[in-house]
Amino acid sequence: MRYDAEPILTMRGIDKQFSGVHALRSVCLDVYEGQVVALVGENGAGKSTLMNVLGGVVRPDAGQIRIRGREVGVRDVRHAMALGIAFIHQELHSLDNLDVAGNIFLGREPRCGGPLQLIDRRRLYAAARPYLERLGLAVSPETGVASLSLAQRQQVEIARALSLDARILIMDEPTSSLTPTETDRLLAIIRDLRAAGVSVIYISHRLSEVRHLADRVEVLRDGCNVGSLCGDEIQNQSMVRLMVGRDLAIPQRTPAAVSSECFAVRGLRTKAHPDAAISFSVSAGQILGFAGLVGAGRSEVARSVCGIDPRLSGQIRLAGRTLRIESARDAIDQGIYLVPEDRRRSGLIAEMNVRENISLANLGRYARWGWIDRAAEARAAAGQCRALNVATPSPETKARNLSGGNQQKIVLGKWLSMRPKVIFLDEPTRGIDVGAKAEIYQLMRQLAARGVFIVMISSDMEELLSVSDRIVVMHEGRITGAVDREAFCEETIMHWAVGSAEAETMETKS
Amino acid sequence: MKKDIGILLIFVVLCTALALMNPRFLSATNLQNTARLIGMFGIFSIGVGFVIVTGGIDLSSGSLFSFLGVLLCVGLVDFRLPWPLVVAAVLVLGGLLGLFHGLVVTRLGVQPFIITLCGLLWYRGLANFLADDSTKGFGHCQDFQTLAALATGNVLGIPIPFVLLCVIGAMAWVVLHRSVYGRYLLAVGQNEEAARFSGVNTKRVITSAYVISGGLGAVSAIFFAFYANAVQPSSHGSFYELFGIAAAVLGGCSLRGGEGSVVGILIGTALLQVLKNLVNLLGIRSSLDFAVMGTVIFIGVVTDEMLKRRKNKRAQSKRQMQEDRARQTENVRPMESL
Repeated sequence: MRYDAEPILTMRGIDKQFSGVHALRSVCLDVYEGQVVALVGENGAGKSTLMNVLGGVVRPDAGQIRIRGREVGVRDVRHAMALGIAFIHQELHSLDNLDVAGNIFLGREPRCGGPLQLIDRRRLYAAARPYLERLGLAVSPETGVASLSLAQRQQVEIARALSLDARILIMDEPTSSLTPTETDRLLAIIRDLRAAGVSVIYISHRLSEVRHLADRVEVLRDGCNVGSLCGDEIQNQSMVRLMVGRDLAIPQRTPAAVSSECFAVRGLRTKAHPDAAISFSVSAGQILGFAGLVGAGRSEVARSVCGIDPRLSGQIRLAGRTLRIESARDAIDQGIYLVPEDRRRSGLIAEMNVRENISLANLGRYARWGWIDRAAEARAAAGQCRALNVATPSPETKARNLSGGNQQKIVLGKWLSMRPKVIFLDEPTRGIDVGAKAEIYQLMRQLAARGVFIVMISSDMEELLSVSDRIVVMHEGRITGAVDREAFCEETIMHWAVGSAEAETMETKS
Repeated sequence: MKKDIGILLIFVVLCTALALMNPRFLSATNLQNTARLIGMFGIFSIGVGFVIVTGGIDLSSGSLFSFLGVLLCVGLVDFRLPWPLVVAAVLVLGGLLGLFHGLVVTRLGVQPFIITLCGLLWYRGLANFLADDSTKGFGHCQDFQTLAALATGNVLGIPIPFVLLCVIGAMAWVVLHRSVYGRYLLAVGQNEEAARFSGVNTKRVITSAYVISGGLGAVSAIFFAFYANAVQPSSHGSFYELFGIAAAVLGGCSLRGGEGSVVGILIGTALLQVLKNLVNLLGIRSSLDFAVMGTVIFIGVVTDEMLKRRKNKRAQSKRQMQEDRARQTENVRPMESL
């Protein structure tokens, strides 16, 4: 790292207001050649706005951008590309109906046939190949993007950036939907790019990744620079302190309630993994964590228990009684609720307001002869918003207009207004900022203490280790291990999660 | 509710303009006839609107009118069955055909456009076949005079279809905007998966919308048959499904589902009928009437889209301001674990 050299990118005094809201206040950022700079901060801290300024998506109100010392005004996205800046968004922009090469060279396809302007397919594929090889992406350029995994699509976008000869690569939450193995692969690619002199600006909520990857961390809070960390200073605690402006306490753990009652699932088989039978139980006061790779079948277990998907076999027992669950309605009627993985798609109805979302699963309670008592609905919604500290102007605000954390609280509020007995939370804090995360953890803990059985599915190892009382690990539809809090060990859990064969190759690698 | 004001405004302006340009618009006969048409078109448009709210579409209405109309004639004239029986059978059949559409959509996963397009072809074909390609008339049969009087008569000078529309409209308003079922309809239209996760029986809700559409279609079918006093199977009711869809869209239903207003649908229907009336009264060549309607729908929908965009922009900036404020005032932040 050549810190003495001139930075490849200098941003100075970047200011941006959106109709009265000060999104960025005189923000500065330096990036050196071959450096990975992590940009961290809570949701709304201004990370995305700053990167949108750099990527030419929005124009700043004030400020300078210099590339290799030369002042440039990034006019638009095309201009940013021409300056060697590539932006890989959290939601990938690949076109599913095209093949890999078509995506890499979209808009710059080699032509032939004179005035016919046909695409020269041979040259197209030949040109794509070296980029795929450089990234170690073992797919042919003729593969349709639709058949690729999320991680592979992301690599196609990186290949596109490289083909544009990008010197500065912006990655916004690139690992939010990757499995741990895919994440490791991506981090290795980023390290290779760094070694080749590409500068990477990396936005992530996952502090452990940042810790492993970043040469420098820039922290933003409320649109301002609040600090910069280098080398050994990059620690979770120090980053969080800067992000939220103070230290966050470790949650106190209430001892498990002494109760013989438990929630148990026996011999559950799901459509996704018909030959694997799953059994697990949760005791009162406990939070059971489900670890595993994406696709290990954890969500399917939750969905079958909650009656969303039919189950092939299996018994669900609550406090010694076998429950009859044939549909989502059955589960809900018996107090078994699911906070789904994708809250925008399955958790709430974005176009409906907070009040309507909270009452949706229990409308009968607010209605007489089918006529809904809106006042009662509004009272319940307001109560949940208060209890959960939801930042919404009113219960009449559409769910769409709330931040991710507040949306998740609405989903929780819907179930909490209905006396839960068992709650399954599938990736409850994905894409949620640190503050709201902490509130959700605290809430889970309170619910458990009140005797609600909590099952949490998570791909975030830190979250699993800190929140769960017991962790069950799944691999390809089967439970491969279970461990109590006293014996928690990250390596063991990973070992079980990847299945033993894969685990051995991992060990030899590291 | 606020959305309805826009279309109401257009409607009022149009009526005023028409009344000023041709005072015959306000004549009792013209008003009565227009009201009758609004009644007949409005009743089935509500059903179509319900289907559109679920994110579906019903293209079969027009052919259904022809098919059920032919059956009505056959039952009353050819078989001389008692009219209450025939009417009941037609209504039940309308509902059953709707149920069939709904089940095909929800159980077989066929797109609503396609199954109701099949319906459009089937019912027209069946009508032609049953009537042997000839016009079926009611003549002057004594047996069902009461029915004919009900279908074509007035109450206190107000045409019965219009009276019935007011009753059905009021009921539909309560159902869509105030009842649990209506909330489910909107929820399913906006996000079927989330509704399912919240325990809503989405298949049943969607199917029921088609049943309502078929049932209300049957009611309209009876009125249409007696209004024409004869059913020409190949042309009776043709294109009427598009009047229903247009009324719903003008009235603020989104074809993406999840949005809709009964009042809007009713005003939309009225607007279309007044437009037809306008073409007549202003002596515009009647061959142009579809073009005029197309233009008005186009203007209405584009204006609505533009207003929506402006509103969204405003909401967005407001939201950002609120979030900013919330961040600043957020003082109690519980603990975090790392």
